[in-house]
Amino acid sequence: MKIIVGQGSCGIAAGAMKVYNSIEDKISAFEGVTLGITGCIGMCYLEPIVDVYENDELFARFVKVKETDAERILNAVSSKNLDEVSDLLITDDDKAFLSQQTRIALRNCGIIDPTSIDAYINAGGYNAIKKVLSGMTQDDVIEVIKTSGLAGRGGAGFPTWFKWNAAKQSEGEEKYLICNADEGDPGAFMDRAVIESDPHTLIEGMLIGAYTIGAKEAVVYVRAEYPLAIKRLQKAIEDAKAKNLLGKNILGTDFSCEMRIKAGAGAFVCGEETALIESLEGERGMPRLKPPFPAQSGYWQKPSNINNVETFANVAWIINNGGEAFAAMGTENSKGTKVFALTGKIKKGGLVEIPMGKTLRDVIYGIGGGNKNDAEFKAVQMGGPSGGCIPGELLDTVIDYKALGATGAIMGSGGMVVMDSSTCMPAMAKFFLDFTAKESCGKCVPCRIGTKRMLEILTRICDGNGKEGDIELLEELCLAIKDGALCGLGQTAPNPVLTTIRYFRNEYEAHINDKKCPAKECSNLITYEIDADRCKGCTLCAKKCPANAISGELKNAHVINQDMCIKCGQCVTLCKFGAISRN
Amino acid sequence: MCCNHAKSDLTLIEDVLKEYADQKGSLITILQKAQDIYGYLPIDVIYHIAERTGSTPAKVLGVATFYAQFRLQPIGKYLIMLCQGTACHVNGSERIEAAIKQELGIEDGETTADGLFTLKNVACLGCCSLSPVMMINDETYGSLTPDKAITILNELKAKAEEEK
Repeated sequence: MKIIVGQGSCGIAAGAMKVYNSIEDKISAFEGVTLGITGCIGMCYLEPIVDVYENDELFARFVKVKETDAERILNAVSSKNLDEVSDLLITDDDKAFLSQQTRIALRNCGIIDPTSIDAYINAGGYNAIKKVLSGMTQDDVIEVIKTSGLAGRGGAGFPTWFKWNAAKQSEGEEKYLICNADEGDPGAFMDRAVIESDPHTLIEGMLIGAYTIGAKEAVVYVRAEYPLAIKRLQKAIEDAKAKNLLGKNILGTDFSCEMRIKAGAGAFVCGEETALIESLEGERGMPRLKPPFPAQSGYWQKPSNINNVETFANVAWIINNGGEAFAAMGTENSKGTKVFALTGKIKKGGLVEIPMGKTLRDVIYGIGGGNKNDAEFKAVQMGGPSGGCIPGELLDTVIDYKALGATGAIMGSGGMVVMDSSTCMPAMAKFFLDFTAKESCGKCVPCRIGTKRMLEILTRICDGNGKEGDIELLEELCLAIKDGALCGLGQTAPNPVLTTIRYFRNEYEAHINDKKCPAKECSNLITYEIDADRCKGCTLCAKKCPANAISGELKNAHVINQDMCIKCGQCVTLCKFGAISRN
Repeated sequence: MCCNHAKSDLTLIEDVLKEYADQKGSLITILQKAQDIYGYLPIDVIYHIAERTGSTPAKVLGVATFYAQFRLQPIGKYLIMLCQGTACHVNGSERIEAAIKQELGIEDGETTADGLFTLKNVACLGCCSLSPVMMINDETYGSLTPDKAITILNELKAKAEEEK
């Protein structure tokens, strides 16, 4: 029997390391039971997760495990009697979270040990590069990728074969293959999960890419905020080198490729490929004018190809199973599967990989179980700061690049943040503009000044100082920035504003005309009041109020001093009698 | 030299410079390693890096101020990185921020007078399912409430007190 503890970043944050240590402390007393780790299986809402395998078959899956459960689990596993641990077993309802998915990019995540190259090889790993190197030409690979219909999973959705072909056809001995692992979209974490849970999949995909375009050097640009991902990938690169899967004359062929990691330093704009190249060269990450495209002149002015982590994670599977198998999934213009990071006010948050062509409802309700606390669904934000908010009436929109684009949002990198009626949409737009205004590199005026002006307008709307004509002014600015900005960051920055105006114009109008925030979120537009009939005078709120704005005697109704109230909302959460309301 | 007369031990960074100073494109790597050594980027270290890499202080400072990771001021014993990603925002990170500011009496980017805590708002930490989240010195804390965040800070305070 083998016990496996899931150790992705979020598993560890939920306490997986403590669970692991506590099992490790006690395991010596149990004969025939071993302990290992795996990455993230993507059921983040159930972390920490402990799996038990018997002869490579899943015997039991325990969820929300605490360190104090270690002994119970060990007893149950060694006696093969799960009666005493039935409270920890995953429910059938939760099993459906995984069984409804089709996993290609995430195929090994949460199953194999990410720190062991043998585990990857045992799962069929590095077979694709062997196949490529034992007889496929560069054009053969491009043909397979073309047939598969694989498109860039980082956001733009550009056909992968086209980029590879352009880089391959560029003149020059020295070429570079770069992986964009600067996963900057707030709300997206699939790239982190892939690197932490299955780093060799990335390496293999990149090797195939490097072979195809003729690159001898590959670089992975990883966000500095992902220390565990960097550590695991570093080990994976060293292990691959030791097995002659990286370096000179790979697997005894003429193909040589070195790989290294470059840690980013925290700039959202570096997700844009030319800015990323600038950053790789040690400069400020400011985008370059295109053309020339990186395929002609990229890193050190040499032909370069840049793909996202998830794109590479599909490559080995496609080579092994054929382009047709990948293209058999999906819709007319979007093939294969896509990973989404389902978060926000959702019951079951985590990583979801589904074939293109499913609907948003399938993901949010079918897999995610709908809104937390059964609150009313309001919108889903897709594609991070470059994307948009899609309202409830469009939940049956099919997941494909075109259909999502038609809503004003984008597929993006796959962040899916679910919101309920307590989320204020103008405030949401303000939140994103605050982000893009801060992250704007400052190179071009439309983005640098435009996002700032939009943020000012949105701030005054949310503060209750909006003026008539503000909505129209926002719309005008949006169009000017879309047309005028130099790179993707600026061109897409207006999307959250445009979509919230398009679908939730009434909320903007309520803020501007009635000075009301319908979602009761904007602090300037709400007041907190205590219902004297329901207040028992327990004094809890008065004691905890950080502004000392609540007064009242024990067992007498309390009152909030509106001038002193900082509207933090703590009292509402604290009150056991539901006596405090937000109006 | 600048008005900020930091007197840093420049020998500490010698090994790093020997390895990277002549490698083109490695300025960010040098700055990252320098920050690991000094805890921040003292101004005299920036001048020194500029000199050794054949660059100008303006260029080095330009890169250092462009990226969120670099800081020009020392930080406290505990660096609180409070996630302001979308999922955390939707799940109430602003209230966590307000509670921490209230408890420590500092604003974003500032350090407490006792040198214990520095607060920094950051973009997504990628632990969205546990939102709201904060990371203190590489340890991630999830599913925060204002009360829970303050309890964590108090535990760290007590721990620092013990270590004294």
